Amino acid sequence: MANALLLQFVHRRRRGAELFLLILALVVGIGAYAAVGLGVDGEVPTNLLGYGGWLAALVIAAHVVVRLVAPYADPVLLPIVAALNGIGLAMIHRIDLALDQGQADQQLIWMTIGVMLFVATLVFLRDHRLLARFTYTSGLAALVLLMLPMLPVIGNEVNGARIWIAIGPLGFQPGEIAKVLLVITFAGYFVVHRDALALAGRRVLFVDFPRGRDLGPILVMWGVSLSILILQKDLGSSLLFFGLFLIMLYVATERPGWLVVGGALFFGGAAVAFRLFAHVQQRVDIWLDPFADRNGDGYQLVQSLYGFAWGGLIGRGLGEGMPGRVPEAESDFIMAAIGEELGLTAVIALLLLYGLIVERALRAALISRDGFGKLVATGLAGVFALQVFVVIGGVTRLIPLTGLTTPFLSYGGSSLVANWVIIALLLRISDQARRPLPEATDESEDPDLFQTQVVKAVGR
Amino acid sequence: MNRPIRTVSIFCMFLFLALMVNITYLQFWHAEELNTDPLNARVAEAAFSRQRGEIVTGEGREQVTLARSTEFDDQYKYLRVYPKPKLYANITGYLTLGSQTGIERSQNTVLSGEDPRLFVTRLIDLAQNQSNKGGNVLLTLDPDAQQAAYDTLLQTIGPDGEGSVVAIEPKTGRILAMVSLPTYDPNLLATHDFGEFNAVFQDLDQDDREPLVNRAIQTRLFPGSTFKVVTAAAAIENGLYAVDDEVPSGATWQTPGTTGDSNVIDNEGRFLCNPEEISFRTAMAQSCNTAFAKMAVELGPEKMREQAEAFGFNSDYLQDLSPQAQSVYPTGVDGEELNDAQTAQTGFGQFEVQSTPLQMAMVVSALANRGTLMRPYLVDEVQSAEYETLEKTEPDEIRDAVSPTTADQVTELMVDTVDNGTAFPAAIPGISVAGKTGTAQRGVEGKAPYGWFVSFAPAEDAEVAIAVMIQEAPGKEIAGGALGGPIAKAVMEAILND
Repeated sequence: MANALLLQFVHRRRRGAELFLLILALVVGIGAYAAVGLGVDGEVPTNLLGYGGWLAALVIAAHVVVRLVAPYADPVLLPIVAALNGIGLAMIHRIDLALDQGQADQQLIWMTIGVMLFVATLVFLRDHRLLARFTYTSGLAALVLLMLPMLPVIGNEVNGARIWIAIGPLGFQPGEIAKVLLVITFAGYFVVHRDALALAGRRVLFVDFPRGRDLGPILVMWGVSLSILILQKDLGSSLLFFGLFLIMLYVATERPGWLVVGGALFFGGAAVAFRLFAHVQQRVDIWLDPFADRNGDGYQLVQSLYGFAWGGLIGRGLGEGMPGRVPEAESDFIMAAIGEELGLTAVIALLLLYGLIVERALRAALISRDGFGKLVATGLAGVFALQVFVVIGGVTRLIPLTGLTTPFLSYGGSSLVANWVIIALLLRISDQARRPLPEATDESEDPDLFQTQVVKAVGR
Repeated sequence: MNRPIRTVSIFCMFLFLALMVNITYLQFWHAEELNTDPLNARVAEAAFSRQRGEIVTGEGREQVTLARSTEFDDQYKYLRVYPKPKLYANITGYLTLGSQTGIERSQNTVLSGEDPRLFVTRLIDLAQNQSNKGGNVLLTLDPDAQQAAYDTLLQTIGPDGEGSVVAIEPKTGRILAMVSLPTYDPNLLATHDFGEFNAVFQDLDQDDREPLVNRAIQTRLFPGSTFKVVTAAAAIENGLYAVDDEVPSGATWQTPGTTGDSNVIDNEGRFLCNPEEISFRTAMAQSCNTAFAKMAVELGPEKMREQAEAFGFNSDYLQDLSPQAQSVYPTGVDGEELNDAQTAQTGFGQFEVQSTPLQMAMVVSALANRGTLMRPYLVDEVQSAEYETLEKTEPDEIRDAVSPTTADQVTELMVDTVDNGTAFPAAIPGISVAGKTGTAQRGVEGKAPYGWFVSFAPAEDAEVAIAVMIQEAPGKEIAGGALGGPIAKAVMEAILND
């Protein structure tokens, strides 16, 4: 009975709510931009109209496209992303003024590209299940992308991590794109092989452990993660990819045993890496006592902590702090700049926004009607949550610092574009999930007249 | 697959909760500690970019500004300016990014506006959306006395000389003048060009004459014969002799338990000391080493030390400047009490007795105040940015160093020393001046001695007590009376003529 009710329940489109929230988000973003000008120079930025107009145009365009091609999509995701992106732009502009650079303009261009890809994804991908066709293609593409920085000419080492490629003046972190491709690969693979992975195994101490022969994929993924860690010295991405893999494996098989095996593998690998590689040890040492070498290795983290403390509960106010003191304040450490100038209040608010994105994504996964959609949505939610945790945990000294960008806030084209695509995919999945079922079993029609009929409405 | 998705949701919720708890701890509970970390350049920079309060001294129309912050067109917004740099450098100190010295350091919280006493001002600033302006500090220094001390000391010891003058108001402990030479220009150190700061600082720091040292409180030397007033006070206070008594003296004295010429105390040619018994007045007026050596041995090291400590030796009293050196009356040698030969030397301020100019000024200040030692102080008032008095320093009695009768008798001896003895250069016509000279041997062959001069006036109701110390005066023969006396006189006149 309840199930029948659930089937009859039709989600409302809520596009009006989305538009209202979007306007709030724009007020926050453009207001922050104006406040930066007032705080630093004592006047509203001269390009406020142009900037605000551009931002508004991008956001409204995204809204219109959603209205047209994904009318049932979750109404909360896009406004949250617009708010985050707007605050990020204002903060980058703030740091530009402190350091006399012009990265906010570039970031606005990247945002434009991101929104264009967002639109393209929604327009061309009418059903996310089409992506399942590209399981192995996207896996291969992800591996190629991950290896690109290792190539001699275009590979580029920045701050010790070899995760960049440079084509002419353009720098790009292929790992950010690989993140999305890997989610698709894992989802496609697991949705097919989940039964084999889930059912066979033996029970040890209340936990079902998988069979040895099924360990293949997990070992491959473990190897890939470790080689990223070792060859590219990129602690963050390594953690992110392996964590993503484990989450999706667990969701697909419903077996906590995989988490035990995977977790053991991860911590074992990390322990070995800690012993063998100086850069891992160094990160842990900084984490344990950043003040031991406050002017050397620990400088960045110490400055970040000082920044957060300086901000306190309500922050110094935009333009009133010294965010330029933290190296990389516009990218990995943008949260320190926000903590300093907008305070704990804003940091918690932003964390709640991130939390809401994850929550909406997992909600889409829950109501999605197909296994592939569930896995993709869960994977995207997981990768998002892990990334936020790893980077913000790092700059606030909850966990050792790894280098990842803060989604939508940090300066960085690859990350911003990839995250806009992630949001497009989530909107597509939630649109599919919330859309009313096609009326397949109308009593007045003879099912035999149709060549096909829907037999499986809800995937588990 | 919904069950594991729910588990993942809970897992994600814990991730975010962990972030929120951690950041709340960092920005709320831990912030205070980080924000007061002296190595936190952010805190230093913010303080450096704030309109700091002024350091002023003097009363009414004579008030002079010693340090103020003027608007400056760079990232720090304000430049610290010292209008009378060389005259007050050892008092004000200097301000640079992240560190400060002198009053700039000891009164930093007031000047930078962080002091709790400025709470109301801060609230008003906050309400009016103004940036927080620091409070002002009013000093006790008398601009005329400071100028007189500086001019005469500089004139006496020359541009390459080293010396110090400290003047105290005996009844209150207010420090009226405090000069240390050589000096420096704090404006050069307050520059926002930190490369230039380093160059200037290195030059000053490596200068052998140590211009950055405030000799008035940081340099301790043998006080020599000026310490005889302490010995005399101990003798009278302990009932050994009175002002009109005869005391044992002699041309020379081989100290008990010693042999050889190096332990023979003489009087450097002052023949009036030669008789075996002379009057106490003559002993003081002629600065007879043999008489005071014998007196110290008769008293014993314990009583000598008690008296010295009553005057402030072996302790710190000034709270308004740091660092300072502690003046010393030796507590023993290698864990044993001083022997007679050593005690004899302390009777005229040698052996291991060492004093800062401030300490000797405190000694005569206590005698001038009929035996009561007042705590010396430099900060008269803490004021709000609008010059309202927030706190005024109340004079603080440390203790009665000697009884009033003892003080009166030592004063008599010192007045005699000015009227009929070695301290005559400090005599002021029509005013009775009490004084004592000192010319202390360094204990190094061929090196010029240190010159000292202590005095107070008017002797019967003193308004000023003074100590002059001359460490180096190139090209001049150092003698406490000849060089120090006129300086003390000039400073006393500057104060008495007010």
